[in-house]
Amino acid sequence: MSTPTLVKPVPPPTRQGRGGVGRTHDRWWAPWLFLAPALGIVVTFILFPFVNTLALSVTDATLLKPGHFIGVDNFVRLWDDERFRTAMTNSLLYVVCVVPVMVAAPLVLAALVNGGGRLLGFFRTAYYLPVIMSSVIVGLIWTNLLDQRGLVNEVLRWLSLVNEPVGFLSDRWLTLFSAMLVTIWSGLGYYMVIYLAAMANIDQDLYDAASVDGAGPVRRFLNVTAPGVRSTSALIGLFSSVAAFRVFGEVYVLTGGTGGLGGQNVTVTMLIQQEGTGLQAETGYAGAISVVMFVVLGGLLAGQLWYQNRGER
Amino acid sequence: MTRGQKALRYGVLLGFFLLLAGPLLWQLSLSLKGAGDDLYAQPPQLVPSDPTLGNYSDVLDRVPVLRYVANSGLVALMVVGGNVIGATLAGYALARMKFRFRGLVTGLFVVALLVPIESIIIAQFLLVRSSGLADTLLGVALPTCVAALNVLLMRNAFQAIPPELEEAARVDGAGVWRRFWYICAPQVRGVMTVVAIFSFVGAWNDFLWPLIVLSSEENYTLTLGLNRLRGTFFSDPRLIAAGTIIALAPIIAVFALLQRYFFRGLQAGGIKG
Repeated sequence: MSTPTLVKPVPPPTRQGRGGVGRTHDRWWAPWLFLAPALGIVVTFILFPFVNTLALSVTDATLLKPGHFIGVDNFVRLWDDERFRTAMTNSLLYVVCVVPVMVAAPLVLAALVNGGGRLLGFFRTAYYLPVIMSSVIVGLIWTNLLDQRGLVNEVLRWLSLVNEPVGFLSDRWLTLFSAMLVTIWSGLGYYMVIYLAAMANIDQDLYDAASVDGAGPVRRFLNVTAPGVRSTSALIGLFSSVAAFRVFGEVYVLTGGTGGLGGQNVTVTMLIQQEGTGLQAETGYAGAISVVMFVVLGGLLAGQLWYQNRGER
Repeated sequence: MTRGQKALRYGVLLGFFLLLAGPLLWQLSLSLKGAGDDLYAQPPQLVPSDPTLGNYSDVLDRVPVLRYVANSGLVALMVVGGNVIGATLAGYALARMKFRFRGLVTGLFVVALLVPIESIIIAQFLLVRSSGLADTLLGVALPTCVAALNVLLMRNAFQAIPPELEEAARVDGAGVWRRFWYICAPQVRGVMTVVAIFSFVGAWNDFLWPLIVLSSEENYTLTLGLNRLRGTFFSDPRLIAAGTIIALAPIIAVFALLQRYFFRGLQAGGIKG
């Protein structure tokens, strides 16, 4: 916090530290006591499973037996697996379609709601509401809206734009695009707030100078705001692509947990869940899918770091 | 701004409002519509003509929603408590204590932060299963009960405290625990609140992990229970709507009460312009 609150008076020590009066020396193990809970959880539940995932991916383990080393067989099998190809296509398409919207639209939104006043504050709060909702709730709300007899189809019918209800939740591509729409809907407010924080750091003089030069709101947005938040845009590009590739809840709920007719809408995370759980779970194979996911996301991250370093030099 | 530009600005703002808040309002309206309402009226009606709370009592009767709420609450409590305590302690050690391997340990937390949960979730499940915690709420809470991100957030917060403050107490003979508890921890209360709120929202909204860990219905968290609503009441959108509104109420209450922390938290999340 930037403003320190009042410091509580320290009660006199009941027992002087070792060596009587004067500065105390901390015992060597004191830091480890402080670290123990956090380190214990993170090592046990993040780092160990990570190593174990790598190990699993080269075995034919199932839920019921540990499995043997089979080299890269799982990855060879992935290469020919139609379901895996579908999942990769869907998840990558998700990144390609969702990320540009997530980078651009919240910036426009932030520029519009930036400023004082109650009304703008109200809009900011309202725009943020979808962010705090679970993907299941978001999915259910949109299932109601996009259903055969949901609001969207009823409105389209009322306007006589369609005769037959549109299969937003049954058509192979429409379902995927519906899920993307839902993801965008629930993420706009989040990135808007991040942009707002970045915009607060832009020098007000730049706006004044632009105004003096006769630049209107649109010019000021394009020539001052947008360049001023460029590094934030890059970060949001990374965040939203990682999030888009990991998508699970929206697609799961919109397809009723099945991943669409014949699994046509499964994403990579859904595939991991389907292959790795249940009594027939092939944990080794699911591990291999996980490793692929890890490599893709690692690649995105490395690309971002490279881009940032290049920009700073 | 000219008058026309201003009108355009607020017009666009209103458009986005309808787009982002409209679905929620529709859901609320749907949940209040009674038997006398034609759900498929042309044009669609936002205001119920036969308003009722019957859908809410129906959902509560047919599905153990309160049980799900209690389960979710218990998981959230464990996760919030674990994160506030564990991350504060570890953050203090990393920021203000000198010890061997400090850099290495900090690096471990950074690595853990970068591991995408979805890619290790099967191995996490195998671990939880072999410790006999499958299908338990403890098993749901444990893996996230100290998040690396929060440790690093607390570390940054502790680093911002001027060293003189602690040095003075040290000269007066205060041991490390006293310096932590009386000098440093009170300074970072704001960030602790942010950690608590975001842990709560994360735990309350999580879906994939409880879906994998929990199998018996009496242990379901709210998100799992809601997901089942669709199967149970697929024919009646009014009941689904009532269920989602019940699930939304607590999280919207938390948001309304602690709004400023939400926005501050996002800005403290290490994202600099």
